[in-house]
Amino acid sequence: MDTQPAEQTRPEVSRRARPGWGRALVWAGVLALLTILALGLIRSQQGPVGVGQRAPRFTLTTFEGERISSTDLIGKVVVLNFWASWCKPCEEEAEILEAAWRYYQPRGDVIFLGVDYVDTEPEARAYLEKFDITYPNGPDLGTRISQAFRMQGVPETYIIDQQGILRHMQYGVFPTLEHIKAVIDPLLGS
Amino acid sequence: MNAPRWLKQLFLALPTALLGCLLVASTALASPVKQAGVSDDQVNAIAKELYCPVCENIPLDVCGTQACAQWRELIREKLSQGWDEEQIKQYFVAQYGDRVLATPPARGLNWLVYLIPPLAILAGGYILYRAFKSWQEPASAEQAPVSAQTAPQDEYIKRLEEELGKR
Repeated sequence: MDTQPAEQTRPEVSRRARPGWGRALVWAGVLALLTILALGLIRSQQGPVGVGQRAPRFTLTTFEGERISSTDLIGKVVVLNFWASWCKPCEEEAEILEAAWRYYQPRGDVIFLGVDYVDTEPEARAYLEKFDITYPNGPDLGTRISQAFRMQGVPETYIIDQQGILRHMQYGVFPTLEHIKAVIDPLLGS
Repeated sequence: MNAPRWLKQLFLALPTALLGCLLVASTALASPVKQAGVSDDQVNAIAKELYCPVCENIPLDVCGTQACAQWRELIREKLSQGWDEEQIKQYFVAQYGDRVLATPPARGLNWLVYLIPPLAILAGGYILYRAFKSWQEPASAEQAPVSAQTAPQDEYIKRLEEELGKR
């Protein structure tokens, strides 16, 4: 005989019949939280933007107040250098970068941009004056540009071709002017 | 003709005084310019609420890098210009992003930082409540067998008696 006493079956039935919205909500919340954490971890583990990939879009406001957008630079080779006044290695390559800029400037199809990373303006201006840097420079406001490029540290230089594709990443300093030319000249064709 | 003694002393004293003045002036110029009326404590009170992205997890007031020293000087300069703490923090956020703040602003995903801890405490409290309740249930269940076990037995005896009565 299968007959079960009513007192024993009732609590089990009521437990199963419970809709469990609260429990579903808690699980959904936990899953959402884990997803956010996972995305954050993936993002933090990502390396810098890879060579051959489209370079992130950015807008640089120079110390003189000029706004330079990466979309306006399509058709030109862009040399994007991250630096800071407190960065000693940056001083080593400052003159080399300026020399390279002066070498390519008459052509008009190569643009050098300096992004001043986590710096204070008076010191940055003094640095530009000290090394007689004439290409456009501006602060990395909100560290947005360095975050977009997932920059590792200063100095770092990115060379972007005429189509906006990243062609070269330089961690640390460019040792000589010839090293810069060796990267830029093939992009210019002739 | 010999010059008077006081004139000789003056010729000796003048260059010495001039040299002294030059030394004092050069020392004053070489040392970082301290803004008048702004103490290190005032600077550090704001600096400890900020973090330089270059030196992660080190508050600005104790960070020893040149970048952090420049930031502290900037705070000093802003204070001397009459800026208050909030204005200075907003300036740093505009320049370097939200991540310079020790306490993230309550907006966007940052809300999670403020919501999750109290929610976790509430959830923990609820779990404990359920656990305590479930520990109490077996105790009451021990008293139940009397009725739970006698009930089927009564039923069985009743049916047995019915069957016997039929014979």
